[in-house]
Amino acid sequence: MEKDLKDLKIELSKNGIFTTTLEELYNWGRKNSVWPLTFGLACCAIEMIATTMARYDLARFGAEVFRPSPRQADLIIVSGTVTKKMAPQVVRLYNQMPEPKYVIAMGACAISGGPFRDGYNVLKGIDRYIPVDVHIPGCPPRPEALIHAFMTLQKKIDEQSLTGSERPRHLRADQPSEFPVPAFGEHGLEPAQNRDVFVAEEGNPLKVIQ
Amino acid sequence: MTALPPVEDIKAQIEAGIPGAVVTVVPNGSPSGQHSLLLDHEHARAVAIFLRDHAELRLDFCSLMTGVDWLDTEASEKVKVKKMVAAADGTEQEQEVEEVRKTKHPGYLEAVYHLFSMEKKHGPVILRMRTANRTDGTHLPSLTPVWRSAEFQEREAFDLYGILFDGHPDLRRILMWDGFVDFPMRRDYVPPADDILVTEAHR
Repeated sequence: MEKDLKDLKIELSKNGIFTTTLEELYNWGRKNSVWPLTFGLACCAIEMIATTMARYDLARFGAEVFRPSPRQADLIIVSGTVTKKMAPQVVRLYNQMPEPKYVIAMGACAISGGPFRDGYNVLKGIDRYIPVDVHIPGCPPRPEALIHAFMTLQKKIDEQSLTGSERPRHLRADQPSEFPVPAFGEHGLEPAQNRDVFVAEEGNPLKVIQ
Repeated sequence: MTALPPVEDIKAQIEAGIPGAVVTVVPNGSPSGQHSLLLDHEHARAVAIFLRDHAELRLDFCSLMTGVDWLDTEASEKVKVKKMVAAADGTEQEQEVEEVRKTKHPGYLEAVYHLFSMEKKHGPVILRMRTANRTDGTHLPSLTPVWRSAEFQEREAFDLYGILFDGHPDLRRILMWDGFVDFPMRRDYVPPADDILVTEAHR
């Protein structure tokens, strides 16, 4: 049935008739106008800035409008080391963004703490508190890597279906759009991770590595 | 530009200028040979003002202040002592026996100041102060009233090492949050176990 429809669509387009579905149109519009938040944390932010400038030109992907308010942003690029002192603010900014919203963890630090992993004030990956859509390795990643991550995100948005059990979080009433903001504890952040977000894969349990 | 006199001369000038001040030269064996002056708590502030206002030294700029943590150390040495030892046949005989003697040196926290002169264009003169121990006697006199540039760095030394600077105008944590209780740059600091909770993929 689906294949027939696809064939019909191709056949029609060959004859100059363009057809689409609401879902395709909706996702096409969303993926080509992702507005990132003006938000940088460390050296990765410099690469992020370079990505938006003329040489790499993120505007080609419809993401040139960096918004200085989380209320107007769709995407938060966590670009740099997240210190424990900064982590609650990152989560709060993410909470203040309207759905649908996406997260790119840019660079080794945002993924895992990176070279500063053993630091007393370094969060070992922002995925402990907020759901990350695309991880980019690198220290810092080149602008091409950020563009690749951005295209990966566009692909992800394009593949989201608006109905059915596989529909994304922002279309499900039972899913949260805000996540608990960690508090400053006596020895570190409390809780140290949000277990609803920071989950291990099956057969790959979370454990303390000595 | 005037050449800085050797630290021994500076020490002599301080002791002549401030009666009762106890200044010790801490030698530095490295090629740079930057020997430093260890000050006593009681006269540290007076010595600082003396160095700042001295006509030839004019050390008007404190470029750096940092903390150092020295753990408790235990030195063991083998000593030969004469002792009465019971022999195999039951009688006691005097014998020379080797004994290991252990001496404990309590650790301390140290504050280091690097001083320069903007006016005379010379430096650095390095000052040190040491706390009584690492637990309850971690007070040192603050030199912020003498060199304002030490303010944030003394706060940092308080935040990360737990040195309490008496006379500091605003001694609060500067990098960590106020509710934090540990001193993370101390060498015996242990980070919370939750920190190293990872999935296999993150190793």
